[in-house]
Amino acid sequence: MSGPNTDYDPVEVAAVSPAELEAARDAALAAIADAADLEQLKAVRSEHAGDRSPLALANREIGALPPQARKEAGQRVGQARGAVNQALAARQEVLEAEHEARILVEEAVDVTLPTDELPVGARHPLTTGAELIADIFVAMGWEVAEGPVIEAEWLNFDALNLGPDHPARTMQDTFWTEPADNHVVLRTHTSPVQARTMLTRGVTEEAPIYVVCPGRVFRTDEYDATHSPMFHQVEGLAIDEGISMAHLKGTLDHFASQMFGEGITTRFRPSYFPFTEPSAEVDLTCFVCRGTGLKGEGPDTCRTCRGEGWIEWGGCGIVNPRVLQACGIDSERYSGFAFGMGIDRTLMFRHGLEDLRTLFEGDVRFTTAFGSEL
Amino acid sequence: MKAPVSWIRELVDLPAEVTTEVLTDRLTALGLKLEGIDSADITGPLVIGRVLTKEPEPQKNGKTINWCTVDVGEANGTGEPQGIVCGAHNFAPGDLVVVILPGGVLPGNFVISARKTYGHVSAGMICSVRELGIGEDHDGILVLPPDAGVPGDDVFGLLGLDDEVIEFEINPDRAYALSLRGVAREAALGFGVPFADPAVRELPAADGKAWEVVVDDPAGCPVFAARLVSGFDPAAPTPEFIKRRVEQAGMRSISLAVDITNYVMLELGQPIHGYDADKVVGALGVRRAREGEQVTTLDDAVRKLSVEDLVITDDSGPIGLAGVMGGATTEMSGSTTRILVEAAHWDAVSMFRTGRRHKLTSEAGKRNERGVDPLLPGVAADRVVELLVEHGGATAEPGFTLVGTAPERTAITIATDLPARLSGIDITAMTTVESLRAVGATVTEQDAGTIEVVPPAWRPDINDPYDLVEEVVRIVGYDQVPSVLPRRATGRGLTRTQRLRRRVGRTLAGAGLVEVVSFPFVGEATFDKLGLPAGDPLRVTVGLANPLSSEEPAYTTTLLPGLLEAASRNVGRGAPGVALFETGTVAFPADNGAAPIYGVHTRPSEAELEKLVEALPVQPQHLAVVLAGERRRAGWWGAGTDAGWTDALAVVRRLAADLGVRVEVGAAARMPWHPGRCALVSIDGVQLGHAGELHPSVCAAYGLPARSAAVELDLDALMAAAADVTPGPDFSTMPLAKEDVALVVDAGVTVAAVEAALREGAGDLLESIRLFDVYTGEQIEEGQKSLAFALRFRAPDRTLTEAETGAARDAAVARAAELTGAVQR
Repeated sequence: MSGPNTDYDPVEVAAVSPAELEAARDAALAAIADAADLEQLKAVRSEHAGDRSPLALANREIGALPPQARKEAGQRVGQARGAVNQALAARQEVLEAEHEARILVEEAVDVTLPTDELPVGARHPLTTGAELIADIFVAMGWEVAEGPVIEAEWLNFDALNLGPDHPARTMQDTFWTEPADNHVVLRTHTSPVQARTMLTRGVTEEAPIYVVCPGRVFRTDEYDATHSPMFHQVEGLAIDEGISMAHLKGTLDHFASQMFGEGITTRFRPSYFPFTEPSAEVDLTCFVCRGTGLKGEGPDTCRTCRGEGWIEWGGCGIVNPRVLQACGIDSERYSGFAFGMGIDRTLMFRHGLEDLRTLFEGDVRFTTAFGSEL
Repeated sequence: MKAPVSWIRELVDLPAEVTTEVLTDRLTALGLKLEGIDSADITGPLVIGRVLTKEPEPQKNGKTINWCTVDVGEANGTGEPQGIVCGAHNFAPGDLVVVILPGGVLPGNFVISARKTYGHVSAGMICSVRELGIGEDHDGILVLPPDAGVPGDDVFGLLGLDDEVIEFEINPDRAYALSLRGVAREAALGFGVPFADPAVRELPAADGKAWEVVVDDPAGCPVFAARLVSGFDPAAPTPEFIKRRVEQAGMRSISLAVDITNYVMLELGQPIHGYDADKVVGALGVRRAREGEQVTTLDDAVRKLSVEDLVITDDSGPIGLAGVMGGATTEMSGSTTRILVEAAHWDAVSMFRTGRRHKLTSEAGKRNERGVDPLLPGVAADRVVELLVEHGGATAEPGFTLVGTAPERTAITIATDLPARLSGIDITAMTTVESLRAVGATVTEQDAGTIEVVPPAWRPDINDPYDLVEEVVRIVGYDQVPSVLPRRATGRGLTRTQRLRRRVGRTLAGAGLVEVVSFPFVGEATFDKLGLPAGDPLRVTVGLANPLSSEEPAYTTTLLPGLLEAASRNVGRGAPGVALFETGTVAFPADNGAAPIYGVHTRPSEAELEKLVEALPVQPQHLAVVLAGERRRAGWWGAGTDAGWTDALAVVRRLAADLGVRVEVGAAARMPWHPGRCALVSIDGVQLGHAGELHPSVCAAYGLPARSAAVELDLDALMAAAADVTPGPDFSTMPLAKEDVALVVDAGVTVAAVEAALREGAGDLLESIRLFDVYTGEQIEEGQKSLAFALRFRAPDRTLTEAETGAARDAAVARAAELTGAVQR
């Protein structure tokens, strides 16, 4: 490196000769253009724009020129360096973009590969089905009531107008706990929950009773495709001033259309249940044929309802005043309705299940098909 | 109840346009539910033929067939005699027979065609009753009476083959419809046509002289009627119409006398018993059985009697189970000529109890236990006598014994607008009155919109105003009930417990577990399979008096058996791994004595209700989990991992975290878990249940992969501990300071103990602590282990200095050294 040389004749300074500058610049630009990747460009940058590059050296020599020559030489060197730096930056940008694009291409995967490392869970349709039913009623301002599955005989039968010698007791084959004279049974229906609700809550003008009682019940039925010693029921109870069968019909029609879709409604037929009077069987519009009784466009009959257009769904009626009496409710002032149907059976219709036993086998292929909500 | 349409039409004049389908629809709408319709399965032509010639032709196989020509009138289209081969021999030329012509179809889809057989073309068939599906007799073909008709006449009507039989499901409150009288009355009601009541008969005056009858128990037997016939021909055949109707109703034809009693029971609904009067010794008595007595009933069963059973006696003792089944000693036989006819009204409850006690269902018992019209006994006995005289050549002996009288019905007072109010249908007072009269009640109008109603004798089920409402509404029509939503429900939404239960289910499903619903029945073998030691508290169960299976006679105390069976089933069906959960009730005996039975006319008191609840078993909700086999699947990403004890605890902790509960975990040894890999889970020192790896013997017993894991917790307790309203967490955004420490402790020291000591020593600046490595091996002494913890410090208000973090870390290590003997590596 040399110090300022005031006597130096600029004409004789070769390093800043225009020709050399041009050559150095062109060499640099050519090298930049030739750089195939960022690595090469880095080397080019060092060689042609680094501290020891010809243009850097030339720049340094400018200070050694006589003052009258500095301006012109400075301009020329500056232009050459500017061109090189610009080209470097441009090439850098191009190569970076190329690099990124290449990485993304290289990192491509087969997105069709399986990703089932973690198991999928599910809730049982009997659980989610009961919740769906509960939600339909809760949305109408009803509450969900529950009670024990092992129940006092008095609550399961007597309080519901099923006296010890009532013929209806033979209709419900009951599991008795030991010793049998303990008067404790596996509940045969969820009606004792209704009795408990009336007994514990009572009813007032401000607080009428509107409850649904979903739950597990037991009868001594042999286990087959349509019978099970354990199954699930949902019962409903409304007690208020001025309750009539019209309210019962309205509630069940609403329930039916929420559960099975618009246009599905109910039909009543006279029947007999000890806890209701008048009593009715509830039929549901067959949601497969939608009441036509025909399979598709016909002429075959619908398999689900056997051409009836209706499916038996459950039982219902006006609460027998004898039940109100046993549960301490003023039957002169209040009337009520009650209904009950099988949840298992309802799900079998809704989801086209052929065999009740699939609900209780615990095969994960069955349950996972339903996910975590119904 | 099976009712032939022809019989219904005989009692009620139904318009011709009322088809069977219309009839059954209407009756179903009135409450007699259609079960099914039986009709003959025959397609004609089926006609009367007169046998013209009958040539016996012996065959090589030893049989003799008859080559016949039969005049079938114009039925064959030609009027020429029909050539038919017949294998039967019980007929002669000139007899009238039943012929099915080619093109006809007999029951069993047996298509008749002209075919070559035994060297003839047989163009049709001469039928037996069995081939026609109207009886069992196959000894020969059916030979018709000479006055049956002329050749070519259609025989469908003659044989009752055009008749249909409707089967109804009869509800307990419609016992009167267990008779043609009742069904026809409903049909008349349904179509507004007159009804000829077959029970309206002119009866002789009761003089007590038919037979001496002593009723000791008028409450059990309010009415007893007896009649006597003599000179009965025991060989007299049952007339075809009686036989057919008895069989149509689903009963067997036995003998004329028995068939007549059954026929009248079907007609009127009153069960009747006929005795061989020559075998009855002395007066008939009605009383409760005495201790040690027994009777042999008609089904040849020797029945030990209870003192509650009502029996019929003669001088020899009990001769029948009253109202349910007669006795063998006085049974009518093939030599009976004097018949004592009994028709009585019995106490329904007593009948029900006797039937149940002796596990005996009979047509008589079925009617008596549901309640029969008490005015019928005399009428039914008279009707039986009439038929015995008419068809059995008997002579009615003078005398009519009738003991007791039908109980009076009490009048029911009802507001005339009650049916409208309870049904929501616009029903006028007039409609109410007319409807009740139509069902046979006597209605007296009172003042101020009330009426007094005396129900008809045949409706013991009608006792309350609401019973009358049902009668009115079913006549007006259930299809008239409008659909109106109630508007006053004021519910408070789901309870906290209900919401928590949903949350538990969703969390577990989110953790990859599949919910199962299984039966709660267990037995000793179940507990043996779980390896529970004798005397284990879980073996103390609520037993079932009448289990479906003697192997599983109790309600379960644990949810694991059902889950393990389900897991085993899944593995058996080829699942590489299975993760299941169930929530449900388990039961433990309360041993608080029997649950009381209270009256039903008033509400029990609070104290009484409490007693009721106390007598019930303790029934907590449990939660159980079983994890077996592959938990994380193997795949192209690498190996999978099988479920083990850590997965069981991970499920517990995940659930606890979701519910905002802090659970503590400590070592435990409890079957069915592996004694060294079982954790006791508790909250604030209260035991919640166990989690861990299953005992190898249990995995083997259920055929599950080794190291399968399980959890069972008291769900009620877990949910009770769940955070009610979670306070919003307060956390700092100041920079984090990290310190890792490795501590060597004795192998027996638990991670929880070291962690607790570190936490305590580190003080308030500690934000979190997490074990990230456990090391045993060459670098440390045997019997020791190295635990590496990541400590994370943060202050709420400032950046921590190195000195502060270092001091906190040193304090933590010092406390761990003090409490657990830990040495920093």
